[in-house]
Amino acid sequence: MYRQMVRIRTFEDNANQLYLSAKMPGLTHMYSGEEAVAVGICEALRKTDKITSTHRGHGHCVAKGAEFKEMFCELLGKEEGYCRGKGGSMHIADQSNGNLGANAIVGGSMGIATGSAFSAKLLGQDDVTVCFFGDGATAQGLMYETMNMAALWNLPVIYACENNGYSEYTKTEEIAAGSITARAEAFGMEAFQVDGQDVLAVNTLTEQLVERCRKGEGPFFIELMTYRYHGHHVGDINREYYRSKDEEQDWKENRDPIIRFRSWLVSEGIASEAEIDAMNAEIKDDAATAVEYALNAKYPDVSEVDMHVFTDVTHALAQG
Amino acid sequence: MREITLSQAVNEALAEEMRRDETVFIIGEDVAEAGTPFKVLSGLVEEFGTARVVDTPIAEPGFMGLAVGAAMTGTRPVVDLMFGDFIYLIMDQLCNQAAKTHYMSGGKLNVPLVLRTNLGATRRSAAQHSQSLHALVAHIPGLKVAMPSSAYEAKGLMKTAIRDNNPVVIFEDKLMYNDKAPVPEEEYLIPFGEANIKREGSDITLIATSSMVQVCEEAAEILAAEGISAEVIDPRTIVPLDEKTLIASAKKTSRVIVVDEGHQNYGVTGEIAGRINEKAFYHLDAPVLRMGAMDVPVPFSPALEDITVPTPQAVVENARKLMSGEMIHAA
Repeated sequence: MYRQMVRIRTFEDNANQLYLSAKMPGLTHMYSGEEAVAVGICEALRKTDKITSTHRGHGHCVAKGAEFKEMFCELLGKEEGYCRGKGGSMHIADQSNGNLGANAIVGGSMGIATGSAFSAKLLGQDDVTVCFFGDGATAQGLMYETMNMAALWNLPVIYACENNGYSEYTKTEEIAAGSITARAEAFGMEAFQVDGQDVLAVNTLTEQLVERCRKGEGPFFIELMTYRYHGHHVGDINREYYRSKDEEQDWKENRDPIIRFRSWLVSEGIASEAEIDAMNAEIKDDAATAVEYALNAKYPDVSEVDMHVFTDVTHALAQG
Repeated sequence: MREITLSQAVNEALAEEMRRDETVFIIGEDVAEAGTPFKVLSGLVEEFGTARVVDTPIAEPGFMGLAVGAAMTGTRPVVDLMFGDFIYLIMDQLCNQAAKTHYMSGGKLNVPLVLRTNLGATRRSAAQHSQSLHALVAHIPGLKVAMPSSAYEAKGLMKTAIRDNNPVVIFEDKLMYNDKAPVPEEEYLIPFGEANIKREGSDITLIATSSMVQVCEEAAEILAAEGISAEVIDPRTIVPLDEKTLIASAKKTSRVIVVDEGHQNYGVTGEIAGRINEKAFYHLDAPVLRMGAMDVPVPFSPALEDITVPTPQAVVENARKLMSGEMIHAA
């Protein structure tokens, strides 16, 4: 889990640099600070379990088993990207590992995750689906429509609300009335709040809930209290009008999920400082190699522009 | 050949496909015991059970979204949207999710989903239960759009739609549910993108979709009595569109009217007229005419509602004008 959290942080540090050095088209939403959420949850899943992700989705993608090379290629719009450069940062997903896609419509994947759980039940499979979404998405009506159906039909889905305190540029307390977990409880769903900076706590809870989902006891709801270190997106630099530098500093210094887990690993004698430093260095090298590869990789041929519009038509525009 | 209603034809198509492929399921409001308000699905829940004929809460975006996710993960949902007017409620799930998933994933994820809904005014249902909104959907790359004009088409197109690996939207004319047509007992499918020449003619082409096919067939009868030979073509699917057959007919007759029950502005009639202008311009003896529904919300009063939709008489009048060389929309 430590390795995966560091991989996410390292991926994001590189993505941020690519943006700042104008080597990346468009912009991106950083997951840094929230690593324990994606990793704690995805480590409790197996490959055939599904997830749906969000515009802040690099962390979910890494945690569900994706490789740096294809991810950086996608970020840069290259042919070897997971989506052949057609998705980019906001739609990045390694489909072969059960990632059903990152969604750039806030709350847009609630139906997809619930439907994935519906399929599993109809087909008699015991796969579980985790729906990742932010606190901002709790304002969308779709969430309540789909949670209602999931609860009515006991679907094996876990709604994972990453509450990072901010809905874009607005404090969550200004957009969310009452309690977030109580909303799930209103549907008769068991809902939990967990420290999203504590990867062990997240993982332990998720393992229990996944097991129960497999037995037909779902759905469940988890609110994970976390924090995003960057702004809403990489271009959101001057953000003191909605949150203070002191607050950011406090989370980074005192509640960082990687620092916390590292000191636990050392104090428990599971890994030494030297081993951890070596692992960090190795991940940094991997990322640098992947970035270099992606920068030099080919863009898709322009003939791909009208491919993949339909499954059964090679070039949609040639059809008339 | 036996004759069955459009409603029975849809029901048969669904039952046959559900027997053939156990991943096919139906989901929507009051689809099970109620069999929908139009009774199209009566009897299916008895055969396939509530696990595959799934009644939902009144939550169109929710069950549409659920169907998208189900389609991405190994099943083939047929979503029942009670009225075509409710498409506005599901736009994000249909247009941002279903339509784009295959493309955005670089071809790795598929959404084999059918959205069954309807169109058609003159049922005295007022502005929120009478619209024909297929053009909205046809505008979005990634969605196929089928528009059956009789029981025969309804069955064959539905079976093709269920087997298609893309999201397909089928608009049934809700006024036609009880109309009978010859439908073979044996299995058949109607391929997408193949127009049907309903009636051959040499003087003028009437291109008509769904509910307007009957209207144009009636118009063609009246015109025939006046010595005007009208060709009636039903594209059957507007995405993909069998442009080739439409263009060939336009070149043959040199005069075209496009008739469709969607609103005329920015609609199907304009799209087809535009393509004919681009590809058959030098063969035309008159401007291509568009006849869509009036660009007003559908009114309730019969006195008002009936004049919003093209009628056989209106088609005949426009055809006569085109034949006589009269300038219809002179500047």
